[in-house]
Amino acid sequence: MSRRVYEDVPCPFCGCLCDDIGVTVEDDAIKEVRRGCSISRSKFLNHAQDRLGRPMIRENGSFVQTSLERALERAAEILASSQYPLIYGWSSTCNEAQKVGIELAEILGGAIDNTSTICHGPSFLAVQGVGSPHATLGDVSTKADLVIYWGCNPMHGHPRHLSRYTVFSKGYFSKRREDRKMVVVDVRETPTARAADLFIKIQPNRDFELLSALRMAVKDEEMDVDSVAGVPIEVVEELADDMVNASYGALFYGLGLTMTAAKSANIDSAILLVRDLNARTKFNIIPMRGHYNVTGCNAVMTWQTGYPFAVDFSLGYPRYNPGETSIIDLLSRGEGDAMLVVAADPVSSFPLEAVKRMMKIPLITFDVRPTPTTYRSEVAIPSAITGIEAEGTAYRMDGVIFKMKKLVDPPSGLLSDQQALSDLKKKVEEKIE
Amino acid sequence: MSILIKNGFVYDPANKIEGDQMDVFIEGSKVVESLDNTEWVLDANGMVVMPGGVDIHAHIAGSKVNSGRAMRPEDHQGHHYPRTSFTRSGTGRSIPTTFVTGYLFSQMGYTTVIEAASPPMKSRHTHEELDDTPMIDKAFLALLGNNWIVTRLLRDGKLEEASAFIAWVLNAVKGYGIKIVNPGGLIAWGWGRNVSSIDDHVPLFDITPREILTGLLMVNRILGMPHTIHVHTNNLGRPGNYETTVDTIKALDPYSSSTPSIHITHCQFNSYGGDSWATIRSGAEEVAREVNSREWVTIDMGQLGFTATTTMTADGPFQYVLYELTGAKWLNADVESETSAGIVPVIYRKKNLVNAVQWSIGLELALLIKDPWRLFMTTDHPNAAPLTYYPTVLAWLMSKEYREKTMSGKFNKRAKKRSVLPSIDREYTLQEIAVITRAATARALKLMDKGHLGVGADGDVAVYDINPRKTEFSKEYELVRKAFRRAKYVVKGGDIVVINGEVVKQVYGKTMWVNSLTPQRKEAAEQIVASEFEKHYSIKPSNYVVEEDYLKKPLEIRAGGF
Repeated sequence: MSRRVYEDVPCPFCGCLCDDIGVTVEDDAIKEVRRGCSISRSKFLNHAQDRLGRPMIRENGSFVQTSLERALERAAEILASSQYPLIYGWSSTCNEAQKVGIELAEILGGAIDNTSTICHGPSFLAVQGVGSPHATLGDVSTKADLVIYWGCNPMHGHPRHLSRYTVFSKGYFSKRREDRKMVVVDVRETPTARAADLFIKIQPNRDFELLSALRMAVKDEEMDVDSVAGVPIEVVEELADDMVNASYGALFYGLGLTMTAAKSANIDSAILLVRDLNARTKFNIIPMRGHYNVTGCNAVMTWQTGYPFAVDFSLGYPRYNPGETSIIDLLSRGEGDAMLVVAADPVSSFPLEAVKRMMKIPLITFDVRPTPTTYRSEVAIPSAITGIEAEGTAYRMDGVIFKMKKLVDPPSGLLSDQQALSDLKKKVEEKIE
Repeated sequence: MSILIKNGFVYDPANKIEGDQMDVFIEGSKVVESLDNTEWVLDANGMVVMPGGVDIHAHIAGSKVNSGRAMRPEDHQGHHYPRTSFTRSGTGRSIPTTFVTGYLFSQMGYTTVIEAASPPMKSRHTHEELDDTPMIDKAFLALLGNNWIVTRLLRDGKLEEASAFIAWVLNAVKGYGIKIVNPGGLIAWGWGRNVSSIDDHVPLFDITPREILTGLLMVNRILGMPHTIHVHTNNLGRPGNYETTVDTIKALDPYSSSTPSIHITHCQFNSYGGDSWATIRSGAEEVAREVNSREWVTIDMGQLGFTATTTMTADGPFQYVLYELTGAKWLNADVESETSAGIVPVIYRKKNLVNAVQWSIGLELALLIKDPWRLFMTTDHPNAAPLTYYPTVLAWLMSKEYREKTMSGKFNKRAKKRSVLPSIDREYTLQEIAVITRAATARALKLMDKGHLGVGADGDVAVYDINPRKTEFSKEYELVRKAFRRAKYVVKGGDIVVINGEVVKQVYGKTMWVNSLTPQRKEAAEQIVASEFEKHYSIKPSNYVVEEDYLKKPLEIRAGGF
């Protein structure tokens, strides 16, 4: 029996990228996972389950197994003959694969977008408007005596966020739970809210108002109302006092802020609140990024194209205009005559108008497991799971970078996303020359 | 590939060749004495031949640069670079995308660029971007002037331990040298504060900037680093800060030697007189006097251009002040136990008093410092101007008439009275230009095979289409700008990569890094890592380490006892 023990393994699930995971492998199967959250353990231990074992293509109306070579050939034909292919996904694969995707979009004159478009896209729009005071998670752990979670529920979404990086973490200066005040702002009392010292229940879609009220309170301006967004004005003022009196505060926010009414204006307001606070104390704001490498995709797209998401190459160079070049808007307008999806499931997550367009054009999917998108595809290519079965680079939600590890071999015949996409790119290049 | 660069006027100051008409031979990736058979002949008749440019300080890669790109789509609009059959597409003006950055440098005849500031913890990101930056050899300086572990070791007088730990860090992140930004000030910024002089007390850390500076100077010597400590002083960007610069230099007097000991970077930003924005004046004379009298000090200009650009430094508190002054969007990025960073877009205007004074200061420094081997041309790209302004800066240096032209019209009249620039007649010679853009920078970085064209030098050569025997540089400054904006030919590592100012071949250069981690230091450092690392970082030490094979083309340079 062969037995290997890995330590310091970064976990390829959420944007926390906890890198203290221990994994024991026996006979090329993962037997034990130490320190991970329950999601992490499940991800590692069950990596081999429910996989799409072989590449599939649609033939005479039915979805049939085929060889990788044939599937790639078919995918290349579709892309090479497309006038305007749309390329989407990327948040659950490595930078190396993302780079191939960007070059494919460039070669083909298509458009490329990532899942930020449906999560933290509004955060980028806000940063492009007003900037952002930001920090690494360890900085928060080290110094913060006030931690605010707004519109997010890390107890479920990022289970070890509190224990590794914020209120329960042992930092250099703030060491214990008692050293920190924790505030949660949400529309319902989540498990995260129950762990807080102060839970502020806000009326749905009224975040912008509460943030604006907080900005006024932080500037010591009087508000002639009893409550804002369902929150009594005394509570607003209490929170504002907590913020001003903190020696180091951190505001974390999730999709409860980016995807509710006002969207990017919410984030504008949250950033401006934190910016204003820096005139009186030290404060940073950090988005709770979901998939383990969505941050990496924003980074790669930015250094290669100048823009973090929603990039169009139809003129031969990168163009960015969210609302025009973002994937949902492109699909909803009936644009795109083929679509490549990598490590995402837009059929499940996109609005109906966009999905309707997807049903009319040939889809090619690369993913580790079958999803509803897979079963609507012309070509489905299974790949190895980065961080378990393949190496690659990934960025934590705060931009700290990890080299993901290969612990076991992928199911036989499967390539990494990077390798499979590179083979596809080569075939596409041969066809369009 | 064997290349003959025929009959050009060669400017190779390191080998004391000044405008001699001669041939340069390249075989493989090196300059050779002669060639038996020549595959390529580049006719440089009537043109200038120089070693490839070596930029000692520019911000081209890493998390800060990329945050600037992401924050500023307006900077990219209208600045598009389409894909060609051998180049990648991109965008950007003051913060171009990585591919475009490589092409732009190459088109100007630059073949080596040093990224000026990378937080060690985020260096894997820096390497990812450097690996995507074609055409140039590169390296980065690691931010170590506010590192908590280092600071405590220096406070306790543990120089050997500090040296061992820094050797470990540079080895781990594959960095080239020690960068110090606002020593101690960035630690204070962790709680929204700053330090105000080199003897100010760093909150919670019981140390002063002076002690950090002198400590790291000693560490740099112990490790035998090829480059000196590379310092962005305290109080950068504040009126009256020339005194801090002078204090910084004088602080090292007791440790001075005949060899270079400190490089003070983008010195324009820290040579301000006056005591407020209203009374700001040039402090260049005072700084130049101190630099002139000490052969162990080098500086670079950080020359301002009148243009819109993006400021980005690790100096978080300075960037916050800049945001307060301009009201522009402000990005801050604090990195645990290491550093901070800030980004603010700016527009430098001729008619603005402060900007006009800033512009004068950079040129005054360059013109008042006598030894060109200790003064390097930079714009602190993109802080004082984007890299595309380099040719304009060279033209200002070579022509008093051009400087006077710039100082006319809308140029702030009060600013003119607050600098000595109008009274300076000096004009740089072409040989001096070759010194401050390649020969001296290569020497300061101890890149022995760069910055010259002697036998064995790297085959990095730039040919500029300007005839030094027929051009009156002081009058024909537009020809200077034109010639240096687009090189006639560029050879990089033995490949012809630019012809007529256009990239004709994409190549990838090396990433140079310094290894001074001897077995003894390794042992000492590992003890420090075992006891300190996890108290300070949210990642495991093993994941902090960037493996050498992660880099596309690494080049290890050994120092300090190897």
